Amino acid sequence: MTDLLLDKYQDIVGENVINNLRQLAEPLRGTKVVHVNSTRDGGGVAEILHRMIPLKQELGLEPSWEVIVGDADFYQCTKYMHNTLQGNRFEIPQPLLKRYEEVNQENAERLRQQLEEADFVFIHDPQPAPLLNLCSGRRGKWIWRCHIDVSRPYRPVWKYLRSYVEPYDASIWSLAEFAQPLRHPLYLISPSIDPLSEKNIELQDSELQEIIKQFGLDPDRPITSQVSRFDRFKDPLGVIQAFRLAKTFVPLQLVLAGGGATDDPEGEEVLAEARAAAMDEPDIHILLLPSDAHRTINGLQRISDIVLQKSTKEGFGLTVTEAMWKGKPVIGGNVGGIRLQVHNHHTGFLVNTPEGAALRIRYLLTHRDKLEEMGQKAHQFVLENFLITRHVREYLTLMLAILRGTEERIELQ
Amino acid sequence: MIDPFAVKDCALIAIATGERANDLRELRDRLDTTRPGCIYYHFWGGLLRPSFDDPEYQNDFAVWAYHGLHDRFLAERLALVDPTDFYDLEDLRRELIEIIEERLDENELVSWTAAHQPFQFIRSQIVVFDTGIRISEPEELKELIPRLTVGSVFYHFVDARRRTPEKNDDFSEWLMGFADGYDELLEQIASLDPYFKSLTELRAQFAEIFKEYMYT
Repeated sequence: MTDLLLDKYQDIVGENVINNLRQLAEPLRGTKVVHVNSTRDGGGVAEILHRMIPLKQELGLEPSWEVIVGDADFYQCTKYMHNTLQGNRFEIPQPLLKRYEEVNQENAERLRQQLEEADFVFIHDPQPAPLLNLCSGRRGKWIWRCHIDVSRPYRPVWKYLRSYVEPYDASIWSLAEFAQPLRHPLYLISPSIDPLSEKNIELQDSELQEIIKQFGLDPDRPITSQVSRFDRFKDPLGVIQAFRLAKTFVPLQLVLAGGGATDDPEGEEVLAEARAAAMDEPDIHILLLPSDAHRTINGLQRISDIVLQKSTKEGFGLTVTEAMWKGKPVIGGNVGGIRLQVHNHHTGFLVNTPEGAALRIRYLLTHRDKLEEMGQKAHQFVLENFLITRHVREYLTLMLAILRGTEERIELQ
Repeated sequence: MIDPFAVKDCALIAIATGERANDLRELRDRLDTTRPGCIYYHFWGGLLRPSFDDPEYQNDFAVWAYHGLHDRFLAERLALVDPTDFYDLEDLRRELIEIIEERLDENELVSWTAAHQPFQFIRSQIVVFDTGIRISEPEELKELIPRLTVGSVFYHFVDARRRTPEKNDDFSEWLMGFADGYDELLEQIASLDPYFKSLTELRAQFAEIFKEYMYT
């Protein structure tokens, strides 16, 4: 097998980064690594795994990816779990919790041999968390990767889940603020984007022009956009308000693009609210895109002058990373992982109100040199910190660290 | 015969301890008991973290005093603490506690001000790996230095101070082994303060010092 994928990444991140990966991977050659999550398509976790698995393979590890299979009650339960772990106060009905346990039992029967033989098992999020207890013959290290913000969970649900995740050898969190204390090391690893994916690859100018035409945008006036689910925490109404305030100073168009709202009752509600707030204003373009419209999203981010992510609550905020990769300054809510990425006057601006967002839109559109400079810095910042190569490096480092126990210094020969 | 200089690289991996401080009094209490690795990380870990240089507040304690507590007095005092001035992390810990206690004594209100964001205590593990690159003569440093990764700069300049008996950088330790003396060069390298610079700045300054030395 050729190093085709690594070569492609090397063209982007440079030789040193790839050499580092090879050196870190060397002691892990032949290591069996299994990732388990709950979906093969859709969502950030699946997106990352699609790329991370072949990369680890090229580096000489033996990775595999398994997906647990459940029914409607199981997913209802894990959705409740997701919401309550993020702070919603809701008692999950006992029959649903029972179904959660049964589905994990069924999946354990199917996956037991593979999981017990693995050197490392990465379990993503709460859905497959009970698998560890169900694999008593396990010989490898088990790591729970929590992608959500559990800083203020609904305590009874966290107490229930904790009994499953506490026995893991370690857990991984995106930010220290998101974590709950557990009796094992809590590693901090930011997520990443893949520069070679449809969502992030370079696009031809002709394709961008096509997108401008397709959505009826005016190529001669500035565009600001927010790409995210229609969710109240993403504050689409605040974005519309900021747009209106900014438009009194500078000519402007707004694109609010999101997907996946049709299978989410609350999403439909928020979409309807956003449409009502837009009041058919021709310069506000609300786009409901299919979940696989990666290339369109890529194009919309690229044709934007400024990208907004005015969330009032946010996980890591990979849409921010995507926009920055495309050389766009981001005006983001002062929350969650956005704070790690958006640095005032460097890569964009952190704001707390629609007024703050409007002020910064006006500033950037009237200081084009600053807009360009911040966009370039944003691209460079992502290149150095938030690409998948850094993510893989940290996974490899973590595996080596866990193999050597808790010692502070690990010297590889 | 001096051993060749072995170029190493490193990666830090951050680990949340789960310890948090919601106000200054809690920060003082946690600082008293937290493991030395946390103090190390909050002073030096920033060099390898995604960030832009903020020379006013170089360590995480000062940043938190400013952004979390909005206490400029304390932020300024903490920002001035240079960890290279202290023999070890225990001395550094004592100095931090001293500064915080002084602040608590002079302003009672500070004791009860809840932070905008809690301070999260983080430690790290360092994984060191051999790049396979070796140099035998000091002159080869001229080519080597500009090509060093930031991980290598961190390992040989910052981490070295924890490993070497004289709390030196690795390059100086190596150069000291040569009989024909590099005193002037060593003096100039010693004048580099790794704390108040980014790793790329440090690399550039080291390269400049070496280049000038070679041409004089």
